[in-house]
Amino acid sequence: MYFPLQMFIYFQSIFNSFSPQSEKIRSITNGFIIAACFILLLVIFLTIYILVKFRAKTNKHEPKEITSNRKLEILMVTGPFILVLFFFFWSIKIMNAVLPERHKETPDVVITGHQWWWEISYPSSKSITSNELHLPVGKKLLLQLNSADVIHSWWVPSLAGKMDMIPGTTNYLWMTLSKPGIYEGACSEFCGQQHAWMRIRVIGESPEDFNQWVIINARNALPILDSKALAGETLFKKATCSSCHSIRGTDAKGIAGPDLTHFASRKMILGGILENNPKNVFDWLTDPQKIKPGAHMPRFIFNRDSISALTAYLEQLK
Amino acid sequence: MEEIFIPKPEKPIPNLSISNDQGLLQWISSVDHKQIGIMYLWLTVVFLIIGGIEILLVRIQLSIPKNHFLLPETYNQLFTMHGTTMIFFVAMPAIFGFSTYFVPLMIGANDMAFPRLNALSFWMTFFGGSLLYFSFLAGGAPDAGWFNYAPLNQVNFSTSKGIDYYCSGLLLSGIGSVTASINFIVTILNYKVRSMSLKQLPIFVWMVLINSFLVLAAFPSLNAALAMLLIDRQLHAHFFSAVAGGSAILWQHLFWLFGHPEVYIVILPIFGILSEVFPVFSRKSIFGYAFVVGSGMAISLLAFGVWVHHMFTTGLGNTVNGFFAASSLLIGIPTGVKIFSWLATMYGGSLRFSVSMMFAIAFLIEFTIGGLSGISFAIVPIDWQLTDTYYVVAHLHYVLIGGTVFGLFSGMFYWFPKISGRVLDERLGKWFFWLFVISFNLTFLVQHALGAMGMPRRVYTYPNISGWGILNFISTIGAFLMAVSFGLFIYIVLKAMKKGEIASSDPWDADTLEWTTTSPPPLQNFDRVIPIKSARPYRDYKLRNDADFKIK
Repeated sequence: MYFPLQMFIYFQSIFNSFSPQSEKIRSITNGFIIAACFILLLVIFLTIYILVKFRAKTNKHEPKEITSNRKLEILMVTGPFILVLFFFFWSIKIMNAVLPERHKETPDVVITGHQWWWEISYPSSKSITSNELHLPVGKKLLLQLNSADVIHSWWVPSLAGKMDMIPGTTNYLWMTLSKPGIYEGACSEFCGQQHAWMRIRVIGESPEDFNQWVIINARNALPILDSKALAGETLFKKATCSSCHSIRGTDAKGIAGPDLTHFASRKMILGGILENNPKNVFDWLTDPQKIKPGAHMPRFIFNRDSISALTAYLEQLK
Repeated sequence: MEEIFIPKPEKPIPNLSISNDQGLLQWISSVDHKQIGIMYLWLTVVFLIIGGIEILLVRIQLSIPKNHFLLPETYNQLFTMHGTTMIFFVAMPAIFGFSTYFVPLMIGANDMAFPRLNALSFWMTFFGGSLLYFSFLAGGAPDAGWFNYAPLNQVNFSTSKGIDYYCSGLLLSGIGSVTASINFIVTILNYKVRSMSLKQLPIFVWMVLINSFLVLAAFPSLNAALAMLLIDRQLHAHFFSAVAGGSAILWQHLFWLFGHPEVYIVILPIFGILSEVFPVFSRKSIFGYAFVVGSGMAISLLAFGVWVHHMFTTGLGNTVNGFFAASSLLIGIPTGVKIFSWLATMYGGSLRFSVSMMFAIAFLIEFTIGGLSGISFAIVPIDWQLTDTYYVVAHLHYVLIGGTVFGLFSGMFYWFPKISGRVLDERLGKWFFWLFVISFNLTFLVQHALGAMGMPRRVYTYPNISGWGILNFISTIGAFLMAVSFGLFIYIVLKAMKKGEIASSDPWDADTLEWTTTSPPPLQNFDRVIPIKSARPYRDYKLRNDADFKIK
């Protein structure tokens, strides 16, 4: 209900590729699997053959010595060597195709890893969001990857290989989405207590839908009209929420936590733990450490009315 | 018969006037290489049980999606301790145990070159492990993974004292590893019986020799990194803290410059064990002696040029990645050569399927799977997809269990009669073998698929994604079956120690010097040593007309 249309969530797998980058990696993976299976079957076959043929018949029998065989030794080295050369040159070709050198291109998206959420901003507009990355289909996109604290790693298997986010350095990743849909992924460098809940959703949209989303997302929060949500807004300002969170168009300008300007437009919360609905937001605000232990959101002792007012406010930030 | 070179020990405890049989005190104060070897092996068992319990808790947590059995904090400590324990306090002591016990016996020496240093090495390992585990009492175990990446290992991200204990524990046990290696090198080169040339050294001894150089070259990098990290944490330096001008990636370079050779440190001596077991149970000499030794050297040299394949996703660029892809692919060749050497050793032989041989044969296939999945990480684009997923977890366990542990069990069933004077029950041993093989593959085969389906490693829980739940559940069942089979192994050992069949001095009709003395060997291993004219001196001695040196 938060998306322009219900979209299909693709099964995540390195073999289910929806970008030329991931497709190229899939081709060399398949090539490798064929070669590896051939070698494995050869070893299994030889082992079984030898076991059956040469099992001891009597204990006295002393078999004939074969201590070396020049031809076999040469074959043992040259065979694998040719395979190694083949896969080396194939790798280099794909590496250069998937991750070419960045020259002067400006990044389309800047993603910053935080313990334990993703900050996503679009340099060409004011649009900022978190955890759910909207991207247009059909364009070769450059992602800039940074970290605000420890090392994280950005990985959406159907779209590209992973790339680490390392504090103090900037990394880049190319991806071209070939089909609209939802692609899942996760942080894949251990980053502390809630490493498990740093999941990624990429929402691939047609360029028109994407442009519309960017325009809406770049806007300030709409004025709040109903009284309960208004009470929530007042509380949000009065309590220390705004020290960490921003809501564009209000005084809340914190940068430590996710931007909440369009919070209600996101489908999941907390890096994928829960669906974004009033009940879950209520539970989260009641006791964050119970739902995501270790998360940097402290527990505020609000009464139930205050929490439901805050929830009502957040759920209106579409 | 040849007089042997090393002075004869007269007392188990030199310069102390206490009697030979003092129970525990004698073990604690012993400088005898056999007692120290046995203590290393018991230390291995203790830590294996601890590390095993840790991972069973982890597997319970992962058996179903969104499980609440463990808190994330506890989970992270458990998997960190599991990895650290298994590498540093199970694999290493097991290898040092066999090496300490058998190197002197196989080269016709009566003890290690430096018996007191030998005891120091063991106790450093013991206290290193104890210090690491003391962290549980001191406010929390280390929780940043066994390779402990910066800046997660810094005080502001890991606030408990765990990582300080990790540093000090590993530094201590590292001293033990380095001193043990120096001891092996001097013992092998100076105390092998005079007539034994380097070309006649048993391959196990060759591998221990090569391995010792590997330890000497690899550990300084780890020790430097640990010292720097301690300075960071205790004295507020910032070697690895990016916000203060340090470098997070520096830790990875220093750690993997040690860490990758470490992988070979725990597999090369295993190659040595297999190169003893295959010839004995095939009744043939090793195929391509020079080839097997040479490929061991090639592996140990290349081992220092492949570390960046652990860092292909850190954005070092295609030129650097290409170089390390080449070296990592190349290191597969000498490893593959060994597999074919062992197959060729069996070819044309007269194979006896003892439990030791069965583990060696199973190794060939399990290790090939682990080796091949390892090559997929040398192919950079595949690494970009599969690194840091459950596919890596599967791979490293196929190498460390399918490789190292299978080899250790092979060595255990082979050498136990010599160590204890009693034979391990072969019938129960076969039950154990099959249970272990099945449960091991049940646990880890499915994890390859989990990785390809996008499951990252080190997550304390996971959403209900189709396929993940069932595969994780299968893996957990497998892990518990592995625990059962390990329990059976302990039972087999204890049963053999109590009332096992008495072993002759040479139960397997073997080829090397350790089988010429009694089982178990007396305090002084040898009075005199049989003549050494080939790499299989005892066989030459038993079958004079068919001796190796006569054929050549």
